[in-house]
Amino acid sequence: MKFKSLSIFLIISSFFLTCILSIWKIMSTLQGLNFTNLNITTVFSICILLSLAFVLIGKKINHLIKIFSLSFLFSILYFYLNEASPYWYILGVFLINLFFTNKLKKYSMESLKEDFISEKIIFDFITLFGIVFFAFVILFPFYIMLVTSFKTQIALLVNPLDFSLDFTKSLTELFKSYFVIFETYNFGRYILISSAVSVGTVIVTLLFAIPAAYAVARLNFFGKNFLSTSILIIYMFPAIVLVIPLYTVFSQLGLRNSIFGLLIVYTATTLPVAIYMLQGYFKSIPKEIEDAGIMDGQNWFGIILKIIIPLSLPAIASVALYVFMIAWNEFLFSLMFLDSPKSFTLSRAIQYLSGDAETPRQYLMAGSVIVTLPVLFIFVYFEKYLVSGLTSGSVKG
Amino acid sequence: MSDTLSKLEKRTAYTLVLPAVLLVFAIVLFPIFANVWISFKDIELKDIRIPEPRAKKIVKSISENQSELKIIYKLRNSSLIQEIRNVQFQDKFPKNISPINLDPRCNFQSKKVICNFGNWEAKFRENFEITIKNNSGETIDKKTIKSQKPILSGKADNPLLSTNFTLENFKKVFYENNFVELLLTTFYFTFFGTVGAIIFGILAAQLVNQNIQGRTYMRGILLFPYVGPVVALAYTWTLLLDPNSGTLNALLVNFNIIEKPINLLGQKYITMSILGFEFKLRLALTTVIFFEIWRYFPLAFLFILARLQAIPQSLYEAADVDGASPIQKFIHITLPQITAIISILFMIRFIWNFNKFEDIFLLTGGASGTRTLPINVYQQGFAVSDIGMGSAVSIVIVMLLLTFMVIYFRLIGKRANEV
Repeated sequence: MKFKSLSIFLIISSFFLTCILSIWKIMSTLQGLNFTNLNITTVFSICILLSLAFVLIGKKINHLIKIFSLSFLFSILYFYLNEASPYWYILGVFLINLFFTNKLKKYSMESLKEDFISEKIIFDFITLFGIVFFAFVILFPFYIMLVTSFKTQIALLVNPLDFSLDFTKSLTELFKSYFVIFETYNFGRYILISSAVSVGTVIVTLLFAIPAAYAVARLNFFGKNFLSTSILIIYMFPAIVLVIPLYTVFSQLGLRNSIFGLLIVYTATTLPVAIYMLQGYFKSIPKEIEDAGIMDGQNWFGIILKIIIPLSLPAIASVALYVFMIAWNEFLFSLMFLDSPKSFTLSRAIQYLSGDAETPRQYLMAGSVIVTLPVLFIFVYFEKYLVSGLTSGSVKG
Repeated sequence: MSDTLSKLEKRTAYTLVLPAVLLVFAIVLFPIFANVWISFKDIELKDIRIPEPRAKKIVKSISENQSELKIIYKLRNSSLIQEIRNVQFQDKFPKNISPINLDPRCNFQSKKVICNFGNWEAKFRENFEITIKNNSGETIDKKTIKSQKPILSGKADNPLLSTNFTLENFKKVFYENNFVELLLTTFYFTFFGTVGAIIFGILAAQLVNQNIQGRTYMRGILLFPYVGPVVALAYTWTLLLDPNSGTLNALLVNFNIIEKPINLLGQKYITMSILGFEFKLRLALTTVIFFEIWRYFPLAFLFILARLQAIPQSLYEAADVDGASPIQKFIHITLPQITAIISILFMIRFIWNFNKFEDIFLLTGGASGTRTLPINVYQQGFAVSDIGMGSAVSIVIVMLLLTFMVIYFRLIGKRANEV
């Protein structure tokens, strides 16, 4: 039994360490280091040695001394068994080992005798491995987007693996792609259009959605149930089936290539979700407060303006942020309705840029960074509001 | 008293709801019905403009005499297929100027030339000339003449409103469009995209739900792909996966994991052999599905995490007392608690993935075996410019969606009764 759990412990923990070391190696390769071999078998065997040494030593010596000395020994071994590498790389290996051996703290020969220890080990390391895996898989494309925008086409063609940034260059050199897309490709204008459309959509949507949500939440009228179920059904309907009729009608009305046309469509498509989210929140406001308002002789307009809106500011803020993000990220309608570069939104402009095969990729990525940064910033800054809004209303995508 | 109050309440409610309802009706519901109409018409992209009479004004001097000018109007019918009836023409001139030898179709009164050109057939063109002279013999300023634009009007049928219908579009959709393959690709994409997103969502939620440091950061990071703009993310992936200088292929070749770069987004099939069995994998479609999973698992993750955090901790403590293993705890406590949310997520994501257009369009443009129904709407309507056919495909999508929704509400209704 003990042998089984020991071997599971060794294999799983070494597998985890090997994975982290491989990711470290890949990331270092992208900094221009010349590795050509992941050396998985060698690394895996020294990882097993490390784990074995760790549990064998157990609690005989102080934990700190133990992890430092083991990590140090491991790094030296790693240095000799691998390709030549600079000192910062080995330092990274050493730090990874410190982190890893610290995680091993609770394991010793004694603890391996516990019930279900093999399952616990597997769960423990799958959790760790999962976190590293998810973080890597998610952040890697964003990282590539960012660093590509600082490189040049030639440098990337010569060595597609070298993403290291040359900080000796002047700032204007480093940010050259950004200057170019603003000067040659008019991105300043697209940012303005995108912001105008998104902010406009937010304002108009709220103007329509707040009264409607209040009526659905509070008042009794014929067709109310029908309305609240149809909100959900409409919300399920896809933009792609709206595109052809809207395109034809907008062409005849001359609304294509106009910010106004885009604004109408965005407002209409975000209204159902905005009403749905808001009415849920309005229902949670105690009715007595409104009754007091009615006593004071307020009409519905006064009630909404003076009672409902001040009390539901957080919900309104989260709806506003959502609608902003949906409108900012929207692509399908801007692709269909905008053909003239004069009225492009950012997303459409980037797509237009990519249509030309000659466009260097760093410009494309600089544009992508510009369109991504505001949403990520808003999201990170207001995460709390947004996450609670997401789970209550569920945003379409 | 209460009767008038409830009447007032109703009236207030309708005033409050009506603007939103009307807008949504005009932009969301009306097009769905309009699709039905268009799908029975033989209509192309170039037909949708209502034909209008146009004129380009050119001003020329005839001789040394600057008091006389010739004006050429290049008249044309903007449509190549439709006639315009009863075309009226009108142009204004400054004081003291009058036309000489005016065309019999026109007459001149109160400084205006008014012409009645009758009917213009499709592709109609004519160079129509008027010679004008200044009655007092002074020089005529060309610029003032040129700046006055002629006004034209005429009656033309709106091709969208005509009442000749055809079943041709639906015939084409079902018989000439590789319909079976189209449907299979769509379902393959939808099903695996949905299942993958949910599986990864469960995994991620399970991870973040453990007591680890920095789990709020982790939750934020996990949502990045979902909140990021699709254009930026799709192009980043295209760059990453590019066969010639993409990072992924370069890495794999560098570490000798593959010999030659693989065109992950441009190759329809790849032959794999596992345990001696050879089978073909839809490579580009699989890559697109992975992008889809990457982008949408955060939503599943968020919902499942919210559900996981609502599970009472006492259940797990009781299980610990009974000596349950982690796997037993997951199977007997966690899974039953999240099946409801998983089934809802499955249906929502299934419907949304079924309609997904942008992701596939930006990654492959529908090439190399990634043509799904929504992509086909775009291709028919805008690449082939057959609007009627595109609408017919939209109708197929709407029909399938309605079927899904009926199933969905039946299932959800049942589930609500169970719980």
